[in-house]
Amino acid sequence: MSIPQVTVSHVVFVILSAIALIGALGVVTTRNLFRAALFLVLSFIGVAGFYILLEAEFLAMVQILVYVGAIAILIIFAIMLSQRLMAPGYKASNEQWLWALVAAVALFAALAFILLNVGWPTAEASVPQGTVAELGKALVDPDQYLLVFEVASVLLLAALVGAVVIARER
Amino acid sequence: MSEFFFNLVWLLPLFPLAAFAIIVLWTNRNRLLSTWIAWIGIGLAWILGWIILFLSWANFEELTPPVHGHPVPLYSIPTGSLQLTLGFQVDTLTALMLLMVPFVCLMIFIYSKGYMNYGTENVDPRYSRFFAYISLFACGMLGLVVSDNFVTLLVFWEIMGLCSYLLIGFWFDKSYPDPKRITPKEAGLKAFLTTRIGDVIMLAGILLLYSQTGTLTFTQVFSEETLHHLATTYAFPGMPWATLIALLIFGGAVGKSSQFPLHVWLPDAMEGPTPVSALIHAATMVSAGVYLVARSFPIFVAVPGGLQLSVVAFIGAFTALFASTIAVAQNDIKRVLAYSTISQLGYMIAALGVGAYVAAVFHLITHAFFKALLFMGSGSVIHGVEHGHHHVHHGHSDTDHSDGDFDPNDMMNMGGLLKRMPRTGWTFIIGALALTGIFPWAGFWSKDEILAEAWHGFQHGGEFGVTMGWAFFVWLFLTLAAFLTAFYTGRQIFLTFAGQPRTEAAKHAPESVPSMTWPLIILALFATFLGLFGTPWANQFFTLIGEKAEVVGEHLPHGEFNLLIAGVSTAVALAGWFLGWLIYGRKPLTEPVDPLEKPLGPVYTLLKNKYYFDEIYQKFIINPTISLGRVCATFDRRVVDGIVNAVGTFGRWLSSWLRKAIDNPIVDGAVNGVGWITAQAGEFMRATQTGNVQNYILVAAVTVVLLLFLFLIRA
Amino acid sequence: MQVPLSWYLIVAAALFCIGLYGALSRRNAIGVLMGVELMLNSVNINLLAFWRHIEVATASTPAALSGQVFAIIVITVAAAEAAVGLALIIAVYRNRRTVAIEDVDMMKL
Repeated sequence: MSIPQVTVSHVVFVILSAIALIGALGVVTTRNLFRAALFLVLSFIGVAGFYILLEAEFLAMVQILVYVGAIAILIIFAIMLSQRLMAPGYKASNEQWLWALVAAVALFAALAFILLNVGWPTAEASVPQGTVAELGKALVDPDQYLLVFEVASVLLLAALVGAVVIARER
Repeated sequence: MSEFFFNLVWLLPLFPLAAFAIIVLWTNRNRLLSTWIAWIGIGLAWILGWIILFLSWANFEELTPPVHGHPVPLYSIPTGSLQLTLGFQVDTLTALMLLMVPFVCLMIFIYSKGYMNYGTENVDPRYSRFFAYISLFACGMLGLVVSDNFVTLLVFWEIMGLCSYLLIGFWFDKSYPDPKRITPKEAGLKAFLTTRIGDVIMLAGILLLYSQTGTLTFTQVFSEETLHHLATTYAFPGMPWATLIALLIFGGAVGKSSQFPLHVWLPDAMEGPTPVSALIHAATMVSAGVYLVARSFPIFVAVPGGLQLSVVAFIGAFTALFASTIAVAQNDIKRVLAYSTISQLGYMIAALGVGAYVAAVFHLITHAFFKALLFMGSGSVIHGVEHGHHHVHHGHSDTDHSDGDFDPNDMMNMGGLLKRMPRTGWTFIIGALALTGIFPWAGFWSKDEILAEAWHGFQHGGEFGVTMGWAFFVWLFLTLAAFLTAFYTGRQIFLTFAGQPRTEAAKHAPESVPSMTWPLIILALFATFLGLFGTPWANQFFTLIGEKAEVVGEHLPHGEFNLLIAGVSTAVALAGWFLGWLIYGRKPLTEPVDPLEKPLGPVYTLLKNKYYFDEIYQKFIINPTISLGRVCATFDRRVVDGIVNAVGTFGRWLSSWLRKAIDNPIVDGAVNGVGWITAQAGEFMRATQTGNVQNYILVAAVTVVLLLFLFLIRA
Repeated sequence: MQVPLSWYLIVAAALFCIGLYGALSRRNAIGVLMGVELMLNSVNINLLAFWRHIEVATASTPAALSGQVFAIIVITVAAAEAAVGLALIIAVYRNRRTVAIEDVDMMKL
């Protein structure tokens, strides 16, 4: 087997994975919740970078817009509302953190082993142009993903109504 | 046509039984209706009875007992391999009884209306019940005489026993201040229990008869082969079955006909109302014993010269004399008549004992008429004296029957009643003449025939193997009894009717109402003229039941007229009357003291106290029996109950021990154990339900990891 | 393309495990939510990686976009779920005055 050539993509990949993983680690270890949210944003951005590397630019933008712009902000709002209750000396992790750690590490080990030993049927091909337009058409085409689109919108409606009902003041 | 009526003979007991049922169920409150129902019941029985009688008389040749009769079989009882047929029959003996029974009953039923004070303010509160009881009794007697087998005979015999008890104790709430004097309640019990002894003996006889012959129907039992079999087979050495059975059956007669030694109940039965005394204890029930022996006569004569006839003759003659001695010293007008009845029944039994079958039945019939007459007359007298007593003591409230001091039955309280109660008096005198055997009244003919038969037996050797010795014994005793009969009867007449009234009550005694006096008059006619049917020259009785009767192949003796004996008996009777007049009639008593008391001294006391038989029985029989009963009761209480209680206590202890040893530890332990295990398991399981979602997810994650590793290792 | 598929997958797996750890061990409810978001992201990376390396080359339909559509739907669902989840946390906070998950144990036997 020939030695794989190290190109720019590889380096970018390593940098992006570092950003994403460090961000993730930060989320799960830091005691300060606000900092955790910020680490989360960092992780999201790293993931968005992965999408660009994968030539799914539209999705990268959607990732930034929705995840970072909406979800992370939402989380920050929620943290703001409940901040007063987090007393100092308050532990961030609960009693089963060791077991969780063991489980997570074991899971990663197993997954890594599997992923490395499976012969993936990859093929070279190039992404056609105009993917966004095609994506739009695909979402509203009755022969393609119209139903999925509609169901997703119903889901959002339900989530909207549900969230409002659950969280409103009595 | 006679067939038609003979087949209806089963109606005879049914008419008065229906009357009983109707009165008991519906007309109890209506006195007049109850009276008429009872009268109609007995009246119909009387009409049918006399129809059957006259038809039998016309056809007597086919109907003579013991084997010939018109049977009316009604019902077969299957008893295993043998069959019992129950039914009724008409033969001439039955017909003869039907001459007397329903008619005398009817007379007494009519008399009862007045006696129970219908229509006055003293009317008996249980008036209708009285008529119901006497109707039931009439059913019993009629059923007895028309039965064709021992079973129904026994049934009706017992019905009469029951009615006797109920009627003697009719005034069961009556009590006396003198504790020695027997109350009606006790008297009823005494009668029932005493006759019971006889009944049990009789039942044994009937059962043995059935066991030996396999049948209880008269025509079959009295057939030649059966009688021969009974006479020649032996119960134990020296005792043929016939003799044993006859003696046992005679036991029933001894009880029911009040012979020695079971005579003690009849005098005390006088505590019942006088119509009862007339009906049951003079005319019908007591003569049932005589009827029984007459009916079973073939068994009695099956063994010639056997023990049975001797026993019968002895008891009859002895009782006749014995009872008449007691009658001499009695002051109660009814008790005199009671002992007289016992004595006359002794005559009949003795007659049967010497083989004078026809004479015995003849005397039974005539005695019924004049004894009923005498009793009813005495009832009329008692009634009058009672009314006189109330009249005098007008201010007394008389809600109960007892008036401790004044006894209306006591002849010492009477006197001079002939003028005040002429109809009662004269009919009573006619009855007395018949009883004492004065020519030409009925008693003369029937009594004389018995004496003649006895004398004949002494002279020529008795019929049916009766020895001359017995015959003489019977004749002697009966003649002596005739003397005493005349004496005490005369005494009774003079004390009651002659002279001057000895008390205020007697002075004001009125004659009785027509419903009471008319039966007296009618019966007096019978007492006068009935005897003419039995004169030795044209003895209808003999024709009916004697001539064609073949009793074990021998013909019954035909009574010849013996002038000597007739003369002797008449002389004896007149002597008795004369002595009575001498002591009580010439100078009628003014004081209530019996002139015989002093001369006879201790003898008089002995007679007055009935030879102390009641006291002897009480001490030697009744008291030991009661003590035995007490012993048994104590045994029952201590031992039997003790055992039962011990079993119960043991059961309780056992269950308690079981509970402690088994139920609690094991059963409860198992049940509780299951619960405990479940609870422990639950506690154990509960640990997983922490309520913390993250725990649940951790478990899921760990499980996934483990599965993954599992697959990896296998692959 | 030069980056092999397996690299992407391993990074996604790592991200997933980290998110799992966070979901299991954080006391704060919002912390748990953040762990869940991480897990969803890793899923999205997986989806797009497969799209790029396999579907683009081998899809039969002219527009081989099911990978991207799937990823969009996942993002949509994640958004909805985040909204509802936060609403729940606020409701629980109002009721129980706490956001610590271990205090919400009313289902404990």
